[in-house]
Amino acid sequence: MNRSPMRRALVAVASVAAATLALAGCSGFGGGGSSGDSNAKTTISWLTQNDAPTVAMAKAMISGFEKKYPNVTVKLDTQPAGTQGDNLMKTKLSTKTMDNVFYYNSGSLFQALNPKTTMVDLSNESWVKNLDKNFKQVVSADGKVYGAPLGTTSAGAMLYNKKIYDKLGLKIPTTWAEFIANSQKIKSGDPSVTPILQSYGDTWTSQLLVLGDFANINKQDPNWATDYTNNTGDAKYVNQPAFEGFQHTSEIVADGLVNKDYASMTNAQAMDALATGKAAQYPMLTGSMSTVKQDNPSNMNDIGVFAIPSPDAQYTSLTMWEPNAVYIANTTTGDKLAASKNFVAFVNSPEGCKVQNTTGSAAGPFATSACSLPSDAPSFISDIQSYLKDDKASPALEFLSPIKGPNLETILIGVGSQSTTPQVGAQQYDQDVKAQAQQLGIKGW
Amino acid sequence: MTPRKFARRYLVGIIAILVSIVVFLVPFAFVVLTAAKDPKEAGLLGLTLPTQWQFWQNFADVIQTNNYQLLAAFINSITLTVVSVIIMVVFAAMVGYLLQRKRTRLNAIVNFFVLAGLIVPPAVVPTIWVLQGIGLFDTLPGMILIEATFGLSFAILLFRAFVATIPKELDEAAVIDGAGPMRLFFRVILPLLRPVVVTVVVVQAVAVFNDFTGPLYFLPSSDNPTVQLTLYNFQSQSVSQFNLLFMSILLIAIPPLIMYIFFNRQIVAGMTSGAVKG
Amino acid sequence: MTNAAVRIQPASPTKTPGLSGKKKGKGLRSPYPSWFYIPAAVLYLIFFALPTFSSFYFSLTRWTLFSQTFIGFGNYVQFFETPALTQGFVNTLIYGFVTSAAKVVLGLALALLLTGATFGRGYLRAVVFFPVLVSTVGVGLTFKALLDPFHGVVNNVLGFFNLPQPGWYTDPHLALLTVAGVDIWKGVGIATLIFMAGIVAIPSEYFEAARVDGASSWNVFRNITLPLVRPATATVIILSLIGGLRSFDLIWAMTNGGPGFSSDVIASVIYKQYQAGFFGLSTAGNVILFIVVTGIMLPVQWFLNRREAEL
Repeated sequence: MNRSPMRRALVAVASVAAATLALAGCSGFGGGGSSGDSNAKTTISWLTQNDAPTVAMAKAMISGFEKKYPNVTVKLDTQPAGTQGDNLMKTKLSTKTMDNVFYYNSGSLFQALNPKTTMVDLSNESWVKNLDKNFKQVVSADGKVYGAPLGTTSAGAMLYNKKIYDKLGLKIPTTWAEFIANSQKIKSGDPSVTPILQSYGDTWTSQLLVLGDFANINKQDPNWATDYTNNTGDAKYVNQPAFEGFQHTSEIVADGLVNKDYASMTNAQAMDALATGKAAQYPMLTGSMSTVKQDNPSNMNDIGVFAIPSPDAQYTSLTMWEPNAVYIANTTTGDKLAASKNFVAFVNSPEGCKVQNTTGSAAGPFATSACSLPSDAPSFISDIQSYLKDDKASPALEFLSPIKGPNLETILIGVGSQSTTPQVGAQQYDQDVKAQAQQLGIKGW
Repeated sequence: MTPRKFARRYLVGIIAILVSIVVFLVPFAFVVLTAAKDPKEAGLLGLTLPTQWQFWQNFADVIQTNNYQLLAAFINSITLTVVSVIIMVVFAAMVGYLLQRKRTRLNAIVNFFVLAGLIVPPAVVPTIWVLQGIGLFDTLPGMILIEATFGLSFAILLFRAFVATIPKELDEAAVIDGAGPMRLFFRVILPLLRPVVVTVVVVQAVAVFNDFTGPLYFLPSSDNPTVQLTLYNFQSQSVSQFNLLFMSILLIAIPPLIMYIFFNRQIVAGMTSGAVKG
Repeated sequence: MTNAAVRIQPASPTKTPGLSGKKKGKGLRSPYPSWFYIPAAVLYLIFFALPTFSSFYFSLTRWTLFSQTFIGFGNYVQFFETPALTQGFVNTLIYGFVTSAAKVVLGLALALLLTGATFGRGYLRAVVFFPVLVSTVGVGLTFKALLDPFHGVVNNVLGFFNLPQPGWYTDPHLALLTVAGVDIWKGVGIATLIFMAGIVAIPSEYFEAARVDGASSWNVFRNITLPLVRPATATVIILSLIGGLRSFDLIWAMTNGGPGFSSDVIASVIYKQYQAGFFGLSTAGNVILFIVVTGIMLPVQWFLNRREAEL
């Protein structure tokens, strides 16, 4: 299970508002537009999250869809994201009161909804063949595909200010030691620049050095995720290689490489500092670039992305987060089912891709070849694409395992604030993972 | 007057006033000032006068955010408060009246439950389970019933104490005149309870209006927020708009403030008499 | 207001749990029909008693709202083995006692000030009581801004005088006490009010007699005011302790239990476990809170009421 703002960030990837939409018919609170008179109109319902960017994207999507299919009306429902939203999803599905179409995370959260018994199998839809193989994995259960992507992928990596790197003549680090050396050079080279940003004012951001390290772990030990899920082998955070994430979280603070106000700085403030050159590096999801697009648009191309380095260069890989998806509840039948399938297909049609590009802020490549990025896409996306091309990328752990302890962010804040050692923090998290696994009823725990 | 008395009366008073300004009024001033600033200045969190006074603009912006969500929240909060307080008052008056008037062995049990209602922390997740079983989870009616239940104990205590001041002779007179129990209670006793009814209403209304934990657990989805929830959620949405956040805080503080101005005496009486009279 | 003894009715020693006041009245003969108890009883039983009793059972299970597996004391073991949760337990006690003690002392001091012949008394009474009425979330957010370690007014003023500028709610050692401080700010008004009522209820003959005897202010306070205000003291202790042990809103609005777990209390632990979907563990937290609160309040109450009777 993920922390709510983390998910909010992913949702922002899909749909940060460019509030002005030229598309007509986007009016009313939660209402879809309606076309004029037709015979045999079908109405379907669509459930999304309730934050402003998602709602804006949803309305635009509905408007475009209803233009193409004048006989269908789409009613928009919203609910909170986060763990609250998780509970609501499960409740609605189990009480058979879910909307026809719903928008939700992929990966382990999708698995937790028990797709075989709650969702419609979409494996035979036309758009399935365009799906990126990593994405297909995270919306499938028992070989059947249940969801279509809405939004771009994003990376959890080290965002860095290219201007500072150029000025100090630094090269992209491929090992953790190089990364620390770079940071030290920044510290001594320009004391007014913060080498590494941390922003515990938004608690979820404390997790990046652990979660964004997973691709490295996966490269080093491809069985790690399976062992971790089944409680076999050595796959615990208290052991290497996973332990390095906890070590790193503590190390950068202990070495004096982070901003003074790390304990209260917020994500938005950190992105601002990074964009304007007051700081050099920030471990973060590329979804946060939407904040830069909003607040410092002229600095968008000053920020680049490199993978959080492993201690060993051969393992350094980029950790990818897959976009959320739209699914169809299996209580949808008949005309509504046909209309819902059309809607899901529309999302990645040329018109649908256009809506995604206009209302969203791309944080990485699309998860389907059916959509392509606009030509003025910011440069950090090509940084991501080069990792994908070289096959030096992997989905984050939450897409390969259903278990995530709910207290990771709090534990890591304790580690970063130096009130717990990395060993103790890792132990606490392993305990937390165990509790979650038992709660989920996973065998072997 | 002796120098000592002078010191006591004036010096101490003035020092107290100065300290009270710093301790109690500065936070309030901060809220008002920040609510009148533009977003960038508000983000600086200083206790300064706004360079640009945009109080009414912020007011309009806050109300319009998220499709007038704040207005909807106010309506929800007020509905919640009014209905739950009415239920609470009527039910608690009935119990408090009976407790005071009729001495049976039942009294000890009822007193115990009233006391338990004050001390025992509600078991929240089982309450959700019960609400979900009835089908009222995450609905305003469900929240109303919960608030009414949680407020019963305090209200019963106040009523019981006050009924003691109504002479039993009045009851007897009414019964002799042929009044049945319903008429006795609703026509004779209840009107005489007006002072404590006002007190209970005002005190509990402020409590329900300001309740955050209850709606957080039992009214979680934002289709039906109360003002406290809206304020809490607004915190994350308004990351770079502290001016709107504090305008929100200001607006939400207004209803209880109004209650205080008009019902100052009742609030004071309620909070002390329930405690001191026992 | 008479000088009535402060007494929240002590618990009956012959309590019979499970019994409810459902005995039917003797028809319309009695002017006090027992069925008057029924509306309140229905609400109370369904929405309070039933959850409370069932919480004991559910705390012994791993629960998902739709199904539960019995695991005995597993949740309690987990609770006390997880340092984060045990921290919450300790913090609850600290928070409860610190806020209660401060409210008693400050409340009494303020009440003395405000019942004496002090200049500006009316204004002071209003101002001290005003925070009680404001939304807790609002207060929490306001103080979060005022106490911001780098931009907040408080630290700016401290910096101006070259005093240390602590990380009020970002320092794990300070966070809990900072929230306690704000809690005291908000709640001292009620304590003051209750004490004022208690002081005003002392017959003036006592004070006159003391004055005639030439007693100093301190003696008057120690030998007359303090003993005779004991009912109010008992009330303040009881109310503030119950409130402090169960406190959630302010902590949640200011720190969410952070940084790390340093300002978690049992109430916030309950919420966090609920949010994470660990319903059984959350309910176990509730049971623990129940035990803590009743375990502390019953002896405290008995003690205070007994001392009271000795007067």
